[in-house]
Amino acid sequence: MAFIKITSPHAHKPGNTGSVMQTVLLATLPGIAVLTAFFGPGTLVNILLTSLFCLAFEAAFLALRKKRIAFYLKDYSALVTAFLLALALPPYAPWWLIATGSLFAIVIAKQLYGGLGYNPFNPAMVGYIVLLISFPLEMSSWPAASPTLSDGAQLPGIIATLQQVFLGVPIDGYTGATPLDLLKQNQSQLISDLYANTSAFNQGRWAGAGWEWVNLAFLGGGIFLLYKKIFTWHAPIAMLASLGLLAALFYDGGSSTSSGSPLFHWLSGATMLGAFFIVTDPVTSAVSVRGRLIYGALVGALVFIIRVWGNYPDAMAFAVLLMNFAAPFIDYYTKPRTYGHKSGPKSQA
Amino acid sequence: MRKVWDIHGGVHPPESKTQSNHCAIASIELAEELVLPLSQHIGAPSTAVVTVGDRVLKGQLIAEAQGLISAPIHASTSGTVTAIEQRPIAHPSGMTADCIVLKPDGLEEWIEIDACNDYKALEKTEILAKIRGAGISGMGGAGFPAAVKLNPRPNQKITTLILNGTECEPYITADDMLMREHANEIIAGALLLAHLLDNPSEILVGIEDNKPEAIATMQAAAENTAVEIVVFPTKYPSGGEKQLIEIVTGKQVPSGALPASIGIVVQNVGSAFAAWRAVRFGEPLISRVTTVVGESLALQRNIEVPLGTPIQHILQQHGWQQENAARLIIGGPMMGYTVESPLVPVVKTTNCILAPSRQEVPEQPPAQPCIRCGMCAEACPASLLPQQLFWFAQSENYEKLREHDLFDCIECGACSYVCPSNIPLVQYYRASKSEIRIIDADKQKSDRARVRFEARKARIEQAEAEKEAKRVARKIAAEQAKRLADEKKALAGPQGTATTTSSELADKASTAAKPTDVDPATELAKLERALSSAQSRQERATASLTDMQREDPDNTARIESLQARLKQAQLKVNEAEQKLGSFKAAQNSVVATETIIKQKLTSSPLEQLQKSVDTIGKRLTTARQKLAEAEAAGTPTVEALRQGVAKLQQKLDTSERELVEAKAATSTASEVATEVNSDHNKTLSAADIAIEKAKAKAAAQANMSDTEKRAAQLTSLQSRLTKARERLAKAEAENNENIDAFRIGVEKLEVKLAEAKEDVKEKA
Ligand code: SF4
Ligand code: SF4
Repeated sequence: MAFIKITSPHAHKPGNTGSVMQTVLLATLPGIAVLTAFFGPGTLVNILLTSLFCLAFEAAFLALRKKRIAFYLKDYSALVTAFLLALALPPYAPWWLIATGSLFAIVIAKQLYGGLGYNPFNPAMVGYIVLLISFPLEMSSWPAASPTLSDGAQLPGIIATLQQVFLGVPIDGYTGATPLDLLKQNQSQLISDLYANTSAFNQGRWAGAGWEWVNLAFLGGGIFLLYKKIFTWHAPIAMLASLGLLAALFYDGGSSTSSGSPLFHWLSGATMLGAFFIVTDPVTSAVSVRGRLIYGALVGALVFIIRVWGNYPDAMAFAVLLMNFAAPFIDYYTKPRTYGHKSGPKSQA
Repeated sequence: MRKVWDIHGGVHPPESKTQSNHCAIASIELAEELVLPLSQHIGAPSTAVVTVGDRVLKGQLIAEAQGLISAPIHASTSGTVTAIEQRPIAHPSGMTADCIVLKPDGLEEWIEIDACNDYKALEKTEILAKIRGAGISGMGGAGFPAAVKLNPRPNQKITTLILNGTECEPYITADDMLMREHANEIIAGALLLAHLLDNPSEILVGIEDNKPEAIATMQAAAENTAVEIVVFPTKYPSGGEKQLIEIVTGKQVPSGALPASIGIVVQNVGSAFAAWRAVRFGEPLISRVTTVVGESLALQRNIEVPLGTPIQHILQQHGWQQENAARLIIGGPMMGYTVESPLVPVVKTTNCILAPSRQEVPEQPPAQPCIRCGMCAEACPASLLPQQLFWFAQSENYEKLREHDLFDCIECGACSYVCPSNIPLVQYYRASKSEIRIIDADKQKSDRARVRFEARKARIEQAEAEKEAKRVARKIAAEQAKRLADEKKALAGPQGTATTTSSELADKASTAAKPTDVDPATELAKLERALSSAQSRQERATASLTDMQREDPDNTARIESLQARLKQAQLKVNEAEQKLGSFKAAQNSVVATETIIKQKLTSSPLEQLQKSVDTIGKRLTTARQKLAEAEAAGTPTVEALRQGVAKLQQKLDTSERELVEAKAATSTASEVATEVNSDHNKTLSAADIAIEKAKAKAAAQANMSDTEKRAAQLTSLQSRLTKARERLAKAEAENNENIDAFRIGVEKLEVKLAEAKEDVKEKA
């Protein structure tokens, strides 16, 4: 009897890419819960729709590329993309917006590059940016967080939600300026006044009603992933550190031209979602430890720069895509020193 | 406690050691047949010194080492040699190899061995010889002959001897058990090795902290000795030689260098034990401790087993449920390799036989795409970027693979172990490494060929340059000689006496004009040979191309290569023709210059003209003849020849015209002389007339020397012919491809000789 010939190693650590992705999905749950609590069922509908579209596009393209559909769908990467896109989009976004975003994310940014692992850009962020540039109006109408709603107003119900998403029937008075918008538009008030006078701030504790909790929830999910060793701390911590550092540098004592405190930046917009779920996307970031530190730090810096001096209220997606471009260069210059070698690759390159 | 260092990366696979280290090292029944491969070590296989039918005793040398990096093999028991043949052996490639097959007689009759109570009384070379003679090679895995490492170069002072008792691979407990049961002998072995290495300042035994019993016994045995037991946390692959060195010394072995280069020698504990037995008791390495483990076995433990025992025999003794096992692994689960046949024997490096059940080592799920998660990079003990290596291996970007230090990969498998996408990374690295090695070997070969080719080209170019230089030198010399002669004539003219005879001058000129070291005839023959061999090569190439096109028109690759060959041959022919042509032209010009000088010095203008008309006529005849031949044969030189003929014709016409004119104006010789020499643009003065007095004498002398010259030429031609004939005979005997060229050379020489003989006869 002949035995099979297999090369070493014969042992394998339990778990696979699918289970890694599942863990990531699991870690988004607290964030989803908080988003739903503060902004209503829009987020859930977003997730449902992006998941549907993303999986459909993925399956269709796998079929076109003659790949085993079930095998590749089981890596859950399309679902992760769907979740991230859904969480980045404003809740109650119209269905066609979601479909377009999913199309760009899965087909253009991922499958056309060769599928999972071959995409140079984060698919969810590509989908998001395409929408932001093409449909700025729809993309910037964020709902108001529940504590800031005027008296008597309520979060949209499920019927109203579906009507808005599918039929375009607008929900009355559901949008509101996000804390990032407010700070950007602030002309004359000291930060302390702004905080005192605006409901978006005075209903919150640190950095804007609702948003601070959303960010804390994503931070919690991120810590869970760190604990699960899904990724290392380098990129997210570097990103938060550089963002905080720049914010502190330009805080300006809270004057009327202040760009906001570190805490404000940490707990606003997509900071924590970005830090733990997007910057950590292994495929599109740098590979080595040093590389990831640099990558994260630069994302943080770009986020701050675009938030403060750019034209868009939030900057996560732009910052990440720009750094996706730079990742190969970072890799090139941060190759670790191999055992028994005197220096890294630069001496040989 | 000694400081220990941490290494980068590493993984913690389940240790799975308790199932085999719960009981003492056992032994099993002798197998019915022992199979002893001639190559159980790294290096040259040994050569059998027994023949089929020989009776051998236990411990008897049956195969001897070949060269320095090799190891002898001894009979593991007494019995008869029943075969020396190819058998499957335990090797990753699953190959068969020459083995000595031994049928034990069960008597266990030892050969006489010589014990040694005090090795310190021996010369080191004697101890080394004992260790080498015992056939000890690294027992931890690779099987490097131990004696080689123990004999470092004199300029490498060894400061640290490390015994490797790490055993970081899961499942394997052979060294663990050996240390528990033979601690004293291992320590004695360590001291012995240290003695051989001129007592390094540190003698360390590295053991992972998951072997408390072994640590305890080893520490007890090492008490009051120079040996220090170093304990460090369990982590795979701490037992890799380079990793162990870093852990216990903090130093890294430079890439591509041996540990000895930083003053370190590492030996496995098993090797130290075996070395001690060999020196102290004279026992060769004929058995080893092997872990027999895996869930398809009813009994899992360590056994001391004679080398050559077939694995099947061992497994059967341990209640093997064959149907339950999908693979058989030699070594551990991380670096071990599978064997297809259970008939392969235990050899010196077999530290573990792992027969896992299907559940224990399930089949690998299919690989998913790399998500660049970086877990592999975190696990890599060599600080490589396995995901990048994988990427480049897939795209066969060998340049990048090298840049990313593929060859520093120790194939430990840590990266594959952690990869969530189940990518068999190590497999890619192994394949790429061997691919690159092949490419390198090819490149080396072609590099050598290129160097040869370039050297040849340089030689040819240099020869050509020299020739050119000589040509120029000749020209200058000729001109100088002529000027000298002119001056002389000018001087001699008015006084009517010549201090130097013109013939002397002529000789001088001709010596100056002749190439000093290259015989033009030889050179010519060489070039002609080259041309004809190039032509015959071209013919052959054409023939094989036509054949190919007829017989296998679809084989485009081959046809293309043949076409390329033909093209090359054509180029060669052209080149050879060119060279020959230019050489001939140069020769002609040399001859012409000489003749002209002589003529000028020795003949009257009229005679000169007559002569030149004659020569040109002669040359024209030969040229015509050649042209006719060429036309008949259809050789590509026809055109050139035709041109040559036309030119000669022209020259002849001019010369004849000049001659007629000169004859008409013969009354004033000096004027005629001026005229006829117009093409040389040298004004002959009235001295020419004065020179006529010396003419008769000079002519006689010139004639004389001419005869002599011819005689010399004849001799040289004869000797050349003899030589050429010899060469031809040799070429014929060897069936040399230049045979045609040689033959043509000989024929030409024969013709020339005949001509020369005629000439001499005529003159005489
Ligand atoms: S562990 Fe596997 S999936 Fe992750 S980066 Fe390495 S090769 Fe790619
Ligand atoms: S097999 Fe090579 S690349 Fe993989 S972890 Fe080991 S040394 Fe690193």
